[in-house]
Amino acid sequence: MAVMETLAAVEIKGNLGAIGYGLAAIGPGVGIGYIFGNGVQAMARQPEAVGLIRQNMILGFAFCEALALIGIVMPFVYPS
Amino acid sequence: MSAADTTLAFDASCKIFVEGGCGFQSPGLHSFVFKPMFTVGGFEFNKPILLALVTTLVLCVFFWKAFASPKVVPGKLQMVAESGYDFVRRGIAYETLGKKEGEKWVPLLVSLFFFIWLMNLWSVIPLAQFPVTSIIAFPAALAILVYVTWLSLTFKRHGFVGGLKNLTGYDKSLGAVLPLVMLIEFFSNVLVRPFTHAVRLFANMFAGHLLLVMFTIATWFFLNSWGFAYAPVAFVMVMVMIAFELFIQAVQAYVFVVLTASYISGALEEAH
Repeated sequence: MAVMETLAAVEIKGNLGAIGYGLAAIGPGVGIGYIFGNGVQAMARQPEAVGLIRQNMILGFAFCEALALIGIVMPFVYPS
Repeated sequence: MSAADTTLAFDASCKIFVEGGCGFQSPGLHSFVFKPMFTVGGFEFNKPILLALVTTLVLCVFFWKAFASPKVVPGKLQMVAESGYDFVRRGIAYETLGKKEGEKWVPLLVSLFFFIWLMNLWSVIPLAQFPVTSIIAFPAALAILVYVTWLSLTFKRHGFVGGLKNLTGYDKSLGAVLPLVMLIEFFSNVLVRPFTHAVRLFANMFAGHLLLVMFTIATWFFLNSWGFAYAPVAFVMVMVMIAFELFIQAVQAYVFVVLTASYISGALEEAH
């Protein structure tokens, strides 16, 4: 690819898969922070509902994490 | 790159800092390929298959011994098994499906939960140290099982047209956006669901195993050189990752079963 040639010409080389995962981790990073931030706030507002909040928080975390982990697996699926 | 071609990281002849030595043996896809223990007419029997069979055996024996002669005042084993069973029954089946419908699905959910959890746990158990679910076949088979279950349930409960309406989220009141919603819902429910269901579990265990192997090899790598002061750091990371993995294994088993219950409840729900 022309992009890779240009980058190689200025001595920027590396594994595109690693870069791909790094980009893929931005969204879930924000998402997980949002989930747990709101979860902690909800627990602070209503300590009686801690169990319910914790369950839903873990569930939401697992969904968000799935995307980041598909990101780490994809470079192995498409090795360059 | 099969396991047969890989220089084992713990091979004593692997000299790192000698010229022409083997360097840092980073983990990769080859870490998940195993030499077969024996071959039976073309079928290779290797470590993950052995672990999966042992899992089945352990679970059957555990629940049999716990519930074979149940007492009103339970003994220790019965209490542990009961609390595990009740966790899935109350926390997942009754929550998602309601008491009446949930009772029918408790055996499936309990079996899935403990099977997946134990298969995940092999990642941190010494001598095994490989999560069986990090091979895509195992989560894929379980996801296909769940997929066939809730899909056939949809059509059995609502008939063909009603089943399609259920799958596409048909709702008259949507008006103009209805075709778009139906298309998106169809893709999301029928095509993407089994994929994400399996890959969520698989990718979590795959990444976790890679992390553990990476830090373990790093510890050994540091011990072999002048950087041996870094080895305790890498070892502490191994311990931290094991703790994290214990949490993630339980969570992933839980999420798999919660989603199973949710899909089944979606199949059973009445039309809007």
